[in-house]
Amino acid sequence: MNSIEEFTKGLEVEFEDLEPGTLSSATNFRSIKGWSSMHALIIIAYIDANFNALLNGADLKSAQTIQDLYNITIEKLK
Amino acid sequence: MAYLSTTKTNIIAISSCVPTHIEKTADYNHISVEERELFAKTTGIKERRVAAKDVACSDLCFTAAKHLLDKYNCAEEIDVLIFVSQSPDYILPATSILLQNRLGLKKDCIAFDISLGCSGYVYGLSVITNLMQSGQLKKGLLIVGDKSSTSTTYTDKSTYPLFGDAGTATLIEHSQTKNEMHFNLQSDGSGKNAIIIEHGSCRTPFDKTLEDLVEIEPGISRAKKHLILNGMDVFNFALKEAASNITTLYEKSNKSKENTDYFVMHQANKLINESVRKKLKIDLEKVPYSIDVFGNTSSASIPLTMCYKMKEALRTKKLSLLLSGFGVGYSWGSVILETENVYTKLLEYDRA
Repeated sequence: MNSIEEFTKGLEVEFEDLEPGTLSSATNFRSIKGWSSMHALIIIAYIDANFNALLNGADLKSAQTIQDLYNITIEKLK
Repeated sequence: MAYLSTTKTNIIAISSCVPTHIEKTADYNHISVEERELFAKTTGIKERRVAAKDVACSDLCFTAAKHLLDKYNCAEEIDVLIFVSQSPDYILPATSILLQNRLGLKKDCIAFDISLGCSGYVYGLSVITNLMQSGQLKKGLLIVGDKSSTSTTYTDKSTYPLFGDAGTATLIEHSQTKNEMHFNLQSDGSGKNAIIIEHGSCRTPFDKTLEDLVEIEPGISRAKKHLILNGMDVFNFALKEAASNITTLYEKSNKSKENTDYFVMHQANKLINESVRKKLKIDLEKVPYSIDVFGNTSSASIPLTMCYKMKEALRTKKLSLLLSGFGVGYSWGSVILETENVYTKLLEYDRA
């Protein structure tokens, strides 16, 4: 599993329109500019494709920050 | 796993019919311009065809089927008609029977409906080829389509900009050649709440509030009669099940992905389909898309994509195809089949 920094940087690339360095592990991902349900799908696809872990709607709802997403992903891989 | 194969049937022709009215994602002003752009980029949907209020799914399907019956002059020869849809004309009687009459088919014709959405074309093929493989039924029509715009509303951004309307018809005949089709069909009703129209039938019958719009969350207002879509759960389901269903089918049928010319997948949304394609390690040029111009057309999306994107290849070549549908239910399935010189036609609905 990648580090939280690599995880965050990868997610930033997936969101495309963000300036590098916009996201940190503490970022509440729902607060990013223009957040919509499409971003949630992008998160699920990113984690599935890169870490082979599948998050569901409940997982997303329970997460607030990118650190939370990272922790859920680690739990799924156990 | 429900693996089965059928034999001795050929797909002769496929036609699809879409409404003329186009709705562009860029014009969907219920959401911000930025959200429209992200929606178009993520789902791949730039525009969709939406039928007028007084046009039923069966009208689109009728047009598609009539074209084939006229071209092949075979209305008298149709022994079986199956209508696969979740937008029938009425709760009863079955729309297939109405189409039997409207298309001028003989009374010695089996006609029944199958209520399935995204997986419907694959399931429909499995049923009709099973009925026809013995040779007692010589010609059949598989009529598949949906008018999802009936069950969505402009004020629900989670469904309205996603779905398009379309009807299709596939003409199938019994054949003396082996011509096998291999199916892997699956179901999981625990996913019922992911895509559901909850009200208006036996479980939760009509009531006076069925039409009342209620705000569910910002950007999503709908009435009880409308479709509910939990995009994240559907996405999770598709990532988990679609690719593994296809991989299992190749294993069971002793066929190979490498010898497959095209993988025609239900047009769910581009992010889902691209994720499935990458999981299966399939080249992009082998996976045709129609979602950019027609949206998610539910059960019609596989035959519509074949008519829209594969006309020349289907007409001129012998092809090995993988078709895969996945969604509402959950219900999902894949079929490996071969085609040769299949005629296709894409029509626009003419009210006259």
